[in-house]
Amino acid sequence: MASAAAAGAPPGPAAPRARKSVTGTRKAVAVLFLLPALVLLGALVVYPIGYSVVRSFGTNSGHGFAGFDNYKTVFTDDGILTALRNNVIWVVFAPAVATALGLVFAVLTERVRWGTAFKLVVFMPMAISMLAAGIIFRLVYDQDPDKGVANAAWVSVHDTFARASAFPMAHPGRESPLVPQGGGFVTKAVVHAGQPVTLPLVGVAPDRMPGDAKKAAAAPAAPGEVTGTTWQDFTRGKGVGRLGAPDPGELGYPGMRIEAVKGGEVVASTKAAADGTFTLPAAADGARLRLPASNFREPYNGVEWLGPSLVTPAIIGAYVWMWAGFAMVLIAAGLAGVPRELLEAARVDGASEWQVFRRVTVPLLAPVLAVVAVTLMINVLKVFDLVYIIAPGSSQDDANVLALELYRRGFAEGQPGVASAIAVFLLLLVIPVMLFNIRRLRREVRR
Amino acid sequence: MTAIATDTRAAAPATGARPSLGARITQKLGGTLVRVLLVLVGLFWLVPTIGLLISSLRSPDDMSASGWWTVFTKPSELTFGSYRKLLENGDITHSLLNTVLITVPATVLVVVIGSLAGYAFAWMEFPGRDWWFLGVVSLLVVPVQVALIPIAELFGKVGLFGTIFGVVLFHTGFGLPFAVFLLRNFFAEIPRELLEAARLDGAGELRLFARVVMPLGGPAIASLGIFQFLWVWNDMLVALVFTKSGTQPITVALQTQVRQFGNNIDVLAPGAFISMVIPLAVFFAFQRQFVSGVMAGAVK
Repeated sequence: MASAAAAGAPPGPAAPRARKSVTGTRKAVAVLFLLPALVLLGALVVYPIGYSVVRSFGTNSGHGFAGFDNYKTVFTDDGILTALRNNVIWVVFAPAVATALGLVFAVLTERVRWGTAFKLVVFMPMAISMLAAGIIFRLVYDQDPDKGVANAAWVSVHDTFARASAFPMAHPGRESPLVPQGGGFVTKAVVHAGQPVTLPLVGVAPDRMPGDAKKAAAAPAAPGEVTGTTWQDFTRGKGVGRLGAPDPGELGYPGMRIEAVKGGEVVASTKAAADGTFTLPAAADGARLRLPASNFREPYNGVEWLGPSLVTPAIIGAYVWMWAGFAMVLIAAGLAGVPRELLEAARVDGASEWQVFRRVTVPLLAPVLAVVAVTLMINVLKVFDLVYIIAPGSSQDDANVLALELYRRGFAEGQPGVASAIAVFLLLLVIPVMLFNIRRLRREVRR
Repeated sequence: MTAIATDTRAAAPATGARPSLGARITQKLGGTLVRVLLVLVGLFWLVPTIGLLISSLRSPDDMSASGWWTVFTKPSELTFGSYRKLLENGDITHSLLNTVLITVPATVLVVVIGSLAGYAFAWMEFPGRDWWFLGVVSLLVVPVQVALIPIAELFGKVGLFGTIFGVVLFHTGFGLPFAVFLLRNFFAEIPRELLEAARLDGAGELRLFARVVMPLGGPAIASLGIFQFLWVWNDMLVALVFTKSGTQPITVALQTQVRQFGNNIDVLAPGAFISMVIPLAVFFAFQRQFVSGVMAGAVK
C-alpha cells in the first residue's frame, strides 16, 4: 500500500484523520524515538550539504576564499565539459530508452501466460551490483570477436553480407613470379595464351585456409585462353617442395580473384576454382595478371565498442539492461490499475491494438511514465560504477560523467574545491524533484 | 484473407458476433509474434549473465583461445579451477567477510532506527511533526556524491576513516530517508483501534512499538530490509572512498583488478559471480518484497 502511494498510483485508504497520539506521549519520549535518526541524518546528510556549499567557494588547498573560481572551472575545463555533455546525453537517452522498453515489455507480457518469468529475467539485473554488471559488459563489449559476444554477433552479421577476405597474410615466397603492388600482387612478366601461368603464394595459416580448398592442380594449356593455377606453394612439414609448381598436398586458393591488366586497365577477370585453376579469355593475352588487394584485406574485426566515440552509448546500453526491468515493473503495476472496460470499449469501437495502445493505454499511464522517467533521470545523474568499470583507461576521459569527475577531482587529483562545486551542481539539479516530492507528500500528510 | 473471412461469416451467421476468422488469424499470429519476440528479448537479456557464468567456469587458456559460446560444443572444458584459486586467495575471502560485516549492521541499523522514527512520525504528537517528516523525505534525492568529501574529512578527524564502522554509519545515514518515508507511511495505516486497545491493556510506548507496531509492519520492514541489504551489498563507490586495504568489501577488491582487464578474467569473472550469488539468492527468495521496496523507492 505504501508502495502504491509512492509510485504515484492513487493512494490507498486514507490515513486516520488527525492522527493524534494514541498514547498521549510525553515529548521526551518522542525525542528519544527520533534522536538516532535525526542525529545521523544531520551529521551524514545535512551537514555535508552545507559543508559542500562552503567548500565549493574555498580553494583546493582549503586555505582561503576562491569565490566562484571552482564553478568557473566546472563550466570551462575541457574535461568537466566533456563530462557535462555526456551527462546530458545520459539524462536524455538512458531514461527514455529504459522507459520505452519498460512500457513495451509491460504491455506485451500482459498477454502472455509466462509473462512473470519474462519479467523475472528482465528485472534480475536490478539485484546485482553495477560492478558486476560492469564486468559483465566489459566482457560483452570485448574488441576481440573471439571473446566479446557483441562483436562476435556483429562480425558474423557483417560477414554474411560482405564476405571477409579469404587470404590475409598471403604473400609471394622466394623466387616468385609475383611482386607486390598496391596491397595486392602482380606478375613480373606478361602472360600468353596457351602457356599455363603459375601464381604461387605462401603464408596462409592452415586453419585459415578456406574449407573448400582442394589439392592444387597444374592447369592444362588451352589454345586461345590464358590458364593457370594459384595455390599455396607450401605444405606444413614438407616445406616448399618443388618451387613454382603444385606438389601433392599443396592446396589451391579457391575464390582468389585474378585480374588481367593491360596498360593500367582491367581487361578480364575471373576467380580461381577449388583446385586453384583459372581460365581467362583471349583478351588476357599479353597482359599482366594481378591478384587485387581485396583478396588480402585483414579480416573484419568488428566495432570498437569501447573506443572514444561509442563508449558512452555502449555504457548506456549496459545501464538500460539493468534498469529497463525497473521501468517495466512500475509500469506493469500502473497498467494493472487501468480499467479493462476502457480498453475493451475502444476495441469494440474498432480500434486496432496499436490505436488502443497509442490513444488509450499510454495516456492513461502518463503519470506513471513520468514518475519512472524522473526517477531514472535522478538515478542517471549518480551513475558512477558503470562508467568507472566499463570504460577502459584509454577512453575513460571520453566516457566521463559528473559523478565520476567528482570522484577523480576529489580523491585522485586532490581538488576538493572543484569536486565540491560539482557536488553542489549535482544537488541543484535534483532540487526540483526534491520540491516536487515535498509538495506531493504535503498533501498526503495533511489528509 | 478478407475473402475467406467474408465467406465464413456468410456460411455461419450464428458466429457473427465473434471476431471474423481473418481477425482471429491475425490475432493468433500477433500472439505468436509477441511470444517469439518476448522469448528473443528474454534470451538477449540473459546472454550477458550467462556469458559471465560460463567465462568463470573456463580456464584462462581456454578463455584466451576462444569465445565462451564455444563451450556448448565442448562442455568438458568447464572447470571450477578459477573458483578454487579465487577462494584460496586470502584477500578475496577477507573482502567477502568485510562485505558481510558492512552489510548486515548497515541493514539492521537502518531498520531499527528507521522504525523508531517512522513510528514517532506516524503516531506521536510533537510540534512541527509533519514538517520534520517532510524535511527527512526531502533528503531522499540527495546524491551520495555530495557527502563524499565532507564525510571523508569528518571521518578523518574523528578516526573513522578506513574503518568498517564508518562505512556502516554512512550507509545508515543515506538509507534513513527512505526507511523513514516507507515505514512512516506504512505504520500510519495501522488501524488506530489496535493501538488504542493495546494502550488500554497498559502497554507503554516501547512495548507498543515492539509488540504491536513492529510485527504489523512486517511487510514494509521486509521490503526495506531487502532493499537496503542489496543496496549496501552492491555498493562500490562509498566503500571505494571510505575503506582501506584491510577493510574493503568484495566490490572494491574486484575493481582494482578491472584496470588490468583482459589477462585476469579468471579472477574477475568468478569474483563478480561470487559477489552476485547472495544478491541473486535474496532476489529470487524475496521477489515480492524486493519489488514493492523498489516501487516505494521510485522517489529515491
